[in-house]
Amino acid sequence: MAQGAAVSVSRSEYCVIACAEAWRDNGEVLASPMGLIPSFGARLAKRTFSPDLLLTDGEAMLVGLDGTVEGWLPYRRHLTMVTGGRRHVMMGAGQIDRFGNQNISCVGDWERPKRQLLGVRGAPVNTLNNPVSYWVPKHSARVFVERVDMVCGVGYDRAAGARYHRIPRVVSDLGVLDFATPDRSMRLASLHPGVTAEQVREATGFNLVIGDDVPYTREPSADELRLIRAVIDPEGLREREVKA
Amino acid sequence: MTDKMMPPEEVVGRLRSGMTIGIGGWGSRRKPMALVRALLRSEVTDLTVVSYGGPDIGLLAAAGRIRELVTAFVTLDSIPLEPHYRAARERGDFALTEIDEAMFMWGLHAAANRLPFLPVRAGIGSDVMRVNPGLRTVTSPYEEEGGREEFVAVPALRMDAALVHLNRADRLGNGQYLGPDPYFDDLFCEAADAAYVCCEQLVETAELTKDAAPQTLLVSRHSVTGVVETPNGAHFTSCAPDYDRDEAFQKLYATTPWPEFAERFLSGADEHDYQLAVQAWHKEQR
Repeated sequence: MAQGAAVSVSRSEYCVIACAEAWRDNGEVLASPMGLIPSFGARLAKRTFSPDLLLTDGEAMLVGLDGTVEGWLPYRRHLTMVTGGRRHVMMGAGQIDRFGNQNISCVGDWERPKRQLLGVRGAPVNTLNNPVSYWVPKHSARVFVERVDMVCGVGYDRAAGARYHRIPRVVSDLGVLDFATPDRSMRLASLHPGVTAEQVREATGFNLVIGDDVPYTREPSADELRLIRAVIDPEGLREREVKA
Repeated sequence: MTDKMMPPEEVVGRLRSGMTIGIGGWGSRRKPMALVRALLRSEVTDLTVVSYGGPDIGLLAAAGRIRELVTAFVTLDSIPLEPHYRAARERGDFALTEIDEAMFMWGLHAAANRLPFLPVRAGIGSDVMRVNPGLRTVTSPYEEEGGREEFVAVPALRMDAALVHLNRADRLGNGQYLGPDPYFDDLFCEAADAAYVCCEQLVETAELTKDAAPQTLLVSRHSVTGVVETPNGAHFTSCAPDYDRDEAFQKLYATTPWPEFAERFLSGADEHDYQLAVQAWHKEQR
């Protein structure tokens, strides 16, 4: 593992980088990050390699990096942004399976759940209309399951005929996963430095495709590290969400 | 012209057990909480509730008033999972129609436009189809490259009554929102047989557009049956720009056993008693 650089990069910082990469080359679309680390990633992408991204204030305004309001996006118009396709959302996942079916609704039998979660929210409309990536802060066999209890976000094995369906990546605290396999089952695309393929295999509840020579998640540039530490998350909230 | 002013008790007096009731707002944002509290003081029960769910659902679920819920989620926003809703679901207290956020919106549009359904590119491939076996699909009559696409035919979400909360209204039923998001309150009113608007402040019609743009006139009087003035009536949800969410109180609501919470805050004779109880609690916290 060639870490090279003199500064040590934390696991959470690799996660921010890996999330930011989801929005590379996306052009002028709305980045909809759900959760802290994806939000930092989207901001990093906009500050560096994807300046044309649109961001919201978390409510009804489209805002620039300094908070300048540049547009209005109440929920009703947000839903048009979804179906118009000019959006890339990164959602969370209570469960996710090998084809990318995702569950945020409930755990157990839907009729009478063991644990009620949020509900399907916009996962069905998101996955059929615009690219959907996922963020999992604690990679475990409880999240990466053989079968999800309730399909909210649609996976590749259930998306036949869905012309706008795409799941670019799943980022976890251990690495980056994608679906670049012949049958579109989940594959380990990169490991965050310090993590082994064996660790990922053990923390995954299904037979994950792992190649012989899995690369490491890329190193942040000096400028990216400065942006993360001094500008985007000076309070270090990222370290609370992801511990190495 | 018809003066539609009425107290919260009269709104609830017009509702009947077994009705389908729509509740405006979104999550823990601009919910008609004063009308929900009035409902809790009444005997009205066995309701089918249509809502982008927040504490409105938690309160009605905890009090056992829901027979069926139609929703895409229930959340307190700053507290992701609504504890009373969760408990009710895990006990199997009521039936659930769980649909996607966009399906919900198009269901309201269909009802407001007197259409039996609208086609939506959402739901196919997901378990929304499994848990709603009554949902049907519709195939595009138009040939496109890649074939004729199949959509979910979302049925109209027609309601007996809608309850919404806005910043301002006049006596005739013209309602105005002054915050950043209208949510879907106009659609709720148009999709219901009767609609009740409660407002932070009742004003003369001419006042509505004196300092605000005409686009803020969200709800029009032809779709409104009754107007209620309830200052702080969305409490503890947010009602921008009049006030933010009462986060401290919401946390109390989410962490206090239901009987204890209901006894202290919901056992009074009217909305005024509730507001006094909240003020007293805040005083204790200082």
